[in-house]
Parts: sequence; structure tokens; C-alpha cells
Amino acid sequence: MSQKVLLNADEINITLHRLACQLIENHDDFSESVLIGIQPRGVHLSRRLEKILKEEYQITDLKTGELDITFFRDDFRRSEKTLQANTTKINFLIEKKKVVFIDDVLYTGRSINAALTAIQSFGRPKEIELLTLIDRRFSRHLPIQPNYRGRKVDAINTEKVKVNWVENTGEDCVYLVNK
Amino acid sequence: MSELSVNHLLGIKYLNKKDIELIFETADHFKEVINRPIKKVPSLRDITIANIFFENSTRTKLSFELAEKRLSADVINFAASSSSVNKGETLIDTVNNILSMKVDMVVMRHPNPGAGIFLSKHVNSCIVNAGDGAHEHPSQALLDSYSIREKLGEVKGKKVVIVGDILHSRVALSNIFALQLQGAEVKVCGPKSLMPHYIESLGVEVETDLQKALEWCDVANMLRIQRERMDLSYFPSTREYVLQYGLNKKRLEALDKEIVIMHPGPINRGVEISSDIADSKHSIILDQVQNGVAVRMAILYLLASKI
Repeated sequence: MSQKVLLNADEINITLHRLACQLIENHDDFSESVLIGIQPRGVHLSRRLEKILKEEYQITDLKTGELDITFFRDDFRRSEKTLQANTTKINFLIEKKKVVFIDDVLYTGRSINAALTAIQSFGRPKEIELLTLIDRRFSRHLPIQPNYRGRKVDAINTEKVKVNWVENTGEDCVYLVNK
Repeated sequence: MSELSVNHLLGIKYLNKKDIELIFETADHFKEVINRPIKKVPSLRDITIANIFFENSTRTKLSFELAEKRLSADVINFAASSSSVNKGETLIDTVNNILSMKVDMVVMRHPNPGAGIFLSKHVNSCIVNAGDGAHEHPSQALLDSYSIREKLGEVKGKKVVIVGDILHSRVALSNIFALQLQGAEVKVCGPKSLMPHYIESLGVEVETDLQKALEWCDVANMLRIQRERMDLSYFPSTREYVLQYGLNKKRLEALDKEIVIMHPGPINRGVEISSDIADSKHSIILDQVQNGVAVRMAILYLLASKI
């Protein structure tokens, strides 16, 4: 198994700041917007962006949540393992809000498809956008594209994109792993 | 550990501690789901479940049906009283006929102990025991333990007394298994005539004085007197039972601590528990009912993933 670095810690930091600025361009003071991290791996990215927006860009009125899509996935009873759920934390209604889904890697688009259904349990949003750190182009099973992307990657199916965060592995780094 | 060790839920006896932990962790997520504005998830949209009830039930049947519908399963209901069982059809034939309509899971209540186990050996479907005679009622015991965990943080190390008609109670037996598996201490309390002869072999102490039992416990689970299963008189009169084993305000006020009061329902108000206690802040009876839906969703979800 070989791996190469796609983004190192400095590059991730620059990318996160760029993504934060792009969000501000479109969402102003975020009074009508909410950020939703997709469980399990999107929440690390979501929390990082939240920190940058609050501490460095003084966005005080920022609503954030975490959405688990396990019960909405289309591969239940089709994979060998039982799908185990994670916590959903959305303590507000998203009715008429602009929702930004945040996930680390956009691959087939099936997770986002499940998230689009799952989020409807919390109201009817005005619109939904997608932010992803890594966009694996040419791997999509569904017509889903990100509105904000950190880095485009052309990877083949035998390769895997691994996103490490200080919070769970002790380093910020994105690898392309040859399985 | 991400899946159950069993393919059917026939009794707590067949589960291990990790199964119970997995069911509770999954139920936590479903509890959040059923408190959303839209309380439904599509997980079981390609599953059909038959609820087969050969015995009366209100909350178990409603709770299972609601859990199934919240998971988007297709549901068919069968009540023995209005069926061909009255024309002499056997249990296996009845269930096989239902299964031939492409049913994936069967939730069954039956008056005979072991009916679920028997069925699981003879039909090709996932069986969930919703109560078999005086044997087991696993989903009730799971929701009882889940409610204790929710109220007190954990089940391990807690002292639980089960009060009343132990002899005829499937809830008591399943609760004893479930609580012991999770490391709780269990006592039973009631008239000697309503204690099964094997009770001490289960590692359970018998206490005949309700006040002493209440002083000992953190949680009191009050059971209903099951008159429908009594073929003879087990105590002189209801009045005498109430005097000795009825839980009331006076008994609770005599304690120097607060205890949690549970009841699996249906309540005989004024018999095993007085109305003021059933409706008091000590009681988690209605929490048990709400948790029942989340726990049953978890059971069905985890079993369906193995079909």
C-alpha cells in the first residue's frame, strides 16, 4: 500500500480560510444560513470552519448542526456489516434557511443524496449548498456537484482519499492511498 | 461489534451484554429521530412485517406498529380472535400462509411459552417475540433497562426490586435476565404464592416485606396482578394484597431517599400502585412507553440488517 500527500497541514489551513471567505461572500452575516456537518467525517471540517468564521471573521450569529444519514442510506441490507448510526445534533428548524452541507470527501454522491432526504425531517430549507474539502471528479453515481470545493482530485476506484484531522489522528493531512 | 449475535429476538436469555449495549446505542439515535418534526426514516422501506397477536395487547402492539411505521416498513396486522385459528388452523400453517405473501419479519405474541422458539425452528423468517405466555417479553425488559439507564445514567450496580405477580409474569423473567446481564442487583417481592419455585436458582433474592424491599432498592418495578392467567386464588382478597403489596404515598414518604417507580402497564390503579404515585415525579411509566418505540425501532433495524 503506497500513499502520497494531497494536502499538507499548511495547505489545509489556507484552503479552509479560502472556503470560509467564499462562504462569507455568499452568506453575509449567516443570519439566514446554517452549516450542517455530515456525520461522521464531515463534522471535523464543519467544526474547523465554524472556528475560523467565529474567531477570525467575527461571525457571531452562526448556527451549526451535525446530521447523521445512516437511517437514510440506500445501501442498508446491501453491505455486509450493519450500518451503525452516529449522533444528529440539529437544535433548530431549518425552515426557509440556506443550508450548507459540509463533508470531507465527495465521491459517489450517495451520502449527499441521503443527506438531502434526511435534512427534510427538520423543515423545508430555502436552498441547500454543498461544501467539500476534496472533490473526487469522475467518480459520481449521481448528478451531485459541490458549490465550494477545497481541491479537485482525479483518482481511480482502487485509490482512496484519506483525510486526517488533528482531532482524531494527531495531524492535518490529506493522503491519496493506493489500496 | 456492530451487529447482533442473534437472528431472532426470542428472549433475553439468548442475548449477550454487547447485544444489549448495541440495541441501547441504536435506540439513542432513534429516540432523537422520533423527536424530530418529521419522525420517519426510510431504512426498512423494502421490509414487510406481520404483527401476529394470539393474545390481547394494547401498548406492545401499538408500540411495535408505530416503530415499524417510523422505519417505513410495510405492516400487516393479524389478531387470532378474528382469524382462521378459530377454524382449527395450526400455528405453523397460519404463519407459513402469512409468510407466503412475502413477509420478511414476524412479531408474535402467543399464550404458550416457547411459541416464538418453536416458530423460529419451523418457518423461514425473522421472529420477534412480543410475549410468550409467562415465559419472556424481551422488548419490554429492554425498554425497562433502557429507561433505568436514561434516568440513572447506567444499569450496572443499581438495585432493582420487581414487585407483585412474579409467577405469571413474562416481564419479570425477562427483566431478571436483562438486569443481571448488565450487572444490576435484583430482588423480587410479593406473596410466596406468587413466586415461582425456581426463583432462587436464578440468583434472585426473595423479599416478602414490601417496605424492606423499597428501602433496599433504587428502582421499583411494579407488576400487574394477572388475573387472566390465574386458575385458582393465590391470595385471600384484593384488599389484602393492596394492604401488603400496594405501593402508595405513605410507603414512599417513609423512605429516606427517592426511588424510581416503573410499571410495564396496564396499571390496575389502586391495586399494585396508587394513582397519586403512578402520576408522580417518581414515576417513569410514560417515559417507558416513549422509550418502547425507540427500543423497538432499534431491535427491528438491527434484526432487519441481518435478513
